[in-house]
Amino acid sequence: MTLSAAPDNGAELRASYLALTRRRRIYSGLFLLLFIVLFATGFRVAEERNAGDFLAGLHRIFDFPAAMISEAVEKAQNLPGHMIDVLPALVETLNIAAVSTLLGTLMGGFLALLATRGLAPWPRLIGVFRRVSDILRAVPEIVIALVLIFVLGAGPVPAAIAIALHTAGAMGKLFSEVNENVDLKPLEGLSSVGARWGQRMALGVIPQVAPNYFSYALLRFEINIRASAILGFVGAGGIGYELKNAMTFGQGKFDEAAAIFIVLFVTIVVFDQLSSLVRNRLVNGG
Amino acid sequence: MADIALQTAMLDRFRWKRLRALGLPLLVLGYLAYITVAFDIAGLAQRARIENAAILLGDAISYKVHVTRDNRRGGTEVSIEGSRRMVFTEELRPDWVQLDGDQAEIALPMGHSVSYDGPVVTYHHPGYGDIVLTLGDGIEMSLPTETVPEWINASNSRVSLTTEAGRLSMTRSRTEVFRYFPGWELFFFDLDSPFHAMSWGEVFASFVSGPRIEPAVPNLLLALDDFWTNDIWRHGVVVWALGETILMAFLGTFGAAVISLPLAFVAAKNFSPSKPARFLMRRIFDFVRGVDALIFTIILSRAFGPGPMTGALAILTTDTGSFGKMFSEALENVDQKQIEGIRSTGASSVQRYRFGVIPQVMPVLLSQVLYLFESNTRSATIIGAIVGGGIGLLLTQAIQTTMDWEKVTYYIILIVLMVIAMDALSGWLRKKLIKGDTGR
Repeated sequence: MTLSAAPDNGAELRASYLALTRRRRIYSGLFLLLFIVLFATGFRVAEERNAGDFLAGLHRIFDFPAAMISEAVEKAQNLPGHMIDVLPALVETLNIAAVSTLLGTLMGGFLALLATRGLAPWPRLIGVFRRVSDILRAVPEIVIALVLIFVLGAGPVPAAIAIALHTAGAMGKLFSEVNENVDLKPLEGLSSVGARWGQRMALGVIPQVAPNYFSYALLRFEINIRASAILGFVGAGGIGYELKNAMTFGQGKFDEAAAIFIVLFVTIVVFDQLSSLVRNRLVNGG
Repeated sequence: MADIALQTAMLDRFRWKRLRALGLPLLVLGYLAYITVAFDIAGLAQRARIENAAILLGDAISYKVHVTRDNRRGGTEVSIEGSRRMVFTEELRPDWVQLDGDQAEIALPMGHSVSYDGPVVTYHHPGYGDIVLTLGDGIEMSLPTETVPEWINASNSRVSLTTEAGRLSMTRSRTEVFRYFPGWELFFFDLDSPFHAMSWGEVFASFVSGPRIEPAVPNLLLALDDFWTNDIWRHGVVVWALGETILMAFLGTFGAAVISLPLAFVAAKNFSPSKPARFLMRRIFDFVRGVDALIFTIILSRAFGPGPMTGALAILTTDTGSFGKMFSEALENVDQKQIEGIRSTGASSVQRYRFGVIPQVMPVLLSQVLYLFESNTRSATIIGAIVGGGIGLLLTQAIQTTMDWEKVTYYIILIVLMVIAMDALSGWLRKKLIKGDTGR
């Protein structure tokens, strides 16, 4: 946006400025037009390939929530009982999220150390480890979970492994960005006293990045709770599975579904608030 | 005195640190031990079916050809994976199978061979001898040895032989021989295509100079059409499904961005028209964010039925909450000086927003939108599996058959490539659109 040659008088400057603005405006106009066209045609295509169309379904959006709420209100005395019934499933969902966050963060931490320039023990393999975390990040959890369910049988373990692998990929990338800002002086000090790679990382790098890692891990835990609920819906146990069962029974079981909705909602909000509280304290305190 | 106090304080800190350094791993280990019990890892060893993993891996990189005799009606057929849609016609039949009426000679690798003679089947094993199976009321088996080797699994109604060269199975209804081949069968052309029988050299030669197979179309277009409409792999359908998944992510992400931008102004401290409106809007964003994508997906698919639009709407609803929150935070960090400057020129409020606010927040917003677009491509795969659209649906269907593992592998590779491509695209766009504006 800088002009290459300074124009010698005001009129020229004004003319070239206006030309520039006009060109910019045309470009952004074209871009906007392209976006609108893409969006509209995309929507048309999606609507055509959908079972029901948009306008016909619009007024039905609230039919199901209304049916569910009315049934839940009708059987309000059942709700606390249902909520207690799904608690074990909720604990399982939370455990899946916690284990996968824990293992994924550990794996991601190693991947990041192996893939950061200046820290990696084998600098030649940096590219390899980066690709590994790219691929782990790219595979959606559902893919690994479904394949593992076939081999290991339905249950929490396939979901935990699937989410852990995805988390490892995501953390590998985030952490290696964090690692790039590490102060290398403690590392030099450590290597001058003959520390091995593991010692240098544990004593020189980890203390510097631990708060950052921790805050990302908390954020990820929140994401993983949602992911583990969704995976439950496709057969990996936990509260998602209970929800699916309640839904397939349909009318008459909606009070159970409503109870699960409430439990899931409250859990997510509580962990969301908790993790942002801890993260804020970490940022302000550290 | 002070030195001693300092020393004890220091030592206390050391002790505390040492305790923490020891305690944290212990805590983690304790939790993992609890998980081992809670997830029943010990029982997993029994529930796990390792043979399924073997089937999966084997099927992902190889395919089998079945030679099937219908034992009730007679008649023998050669087909790929035993599928009705992949039966070899007489001209295309591989040369290791010789069919002649009710007799068949099947050559397997490593000197093994099988011959059908009506209900009598002979398996010739070069290291063991001939195994003769005769179908009467039950299956009678005669072996060259007294004991039954472990690779033969026999009962009165079912016999199955598994050797390194292939498999033979016989029941009252059918006799089947499986011969395994590496690779993915019929990936390019199915059995109906004229190009199936040609080698790659012949196919290319026919593009360049061969006579037209269909007089109306050039051979290259015919080949592309045969590939696109391949009956087994359905490349056209798969590409459409990938497109649907990306479309869901696109419509959901950008639709949410367009909807939440004006709402974010209401929720931002420095732009909100009134305090109650701001409070209400924030609670709405929190609520929408709290209700999981899963719940929206279920509710919306009840209203709109299965399909990509439902998936797009589910992503749109979920992301409106996240974008609303992120955008309103970005708006709260806006520099007021630029707006004052615009105001001093006598600009209307719309002009103040257009020239004072939007240019400041646009790079941040765009970068967030593009980032979520990439991650939504992944979510769209999962949501697609639930609402029944896109590549997620094809993937779950293929997995549920528990035999199309080569297709599962194919879809997984495509999904990974799609996500990596979207990642690259979103990174490139972010750089292009934001470059210079943030000084980065």
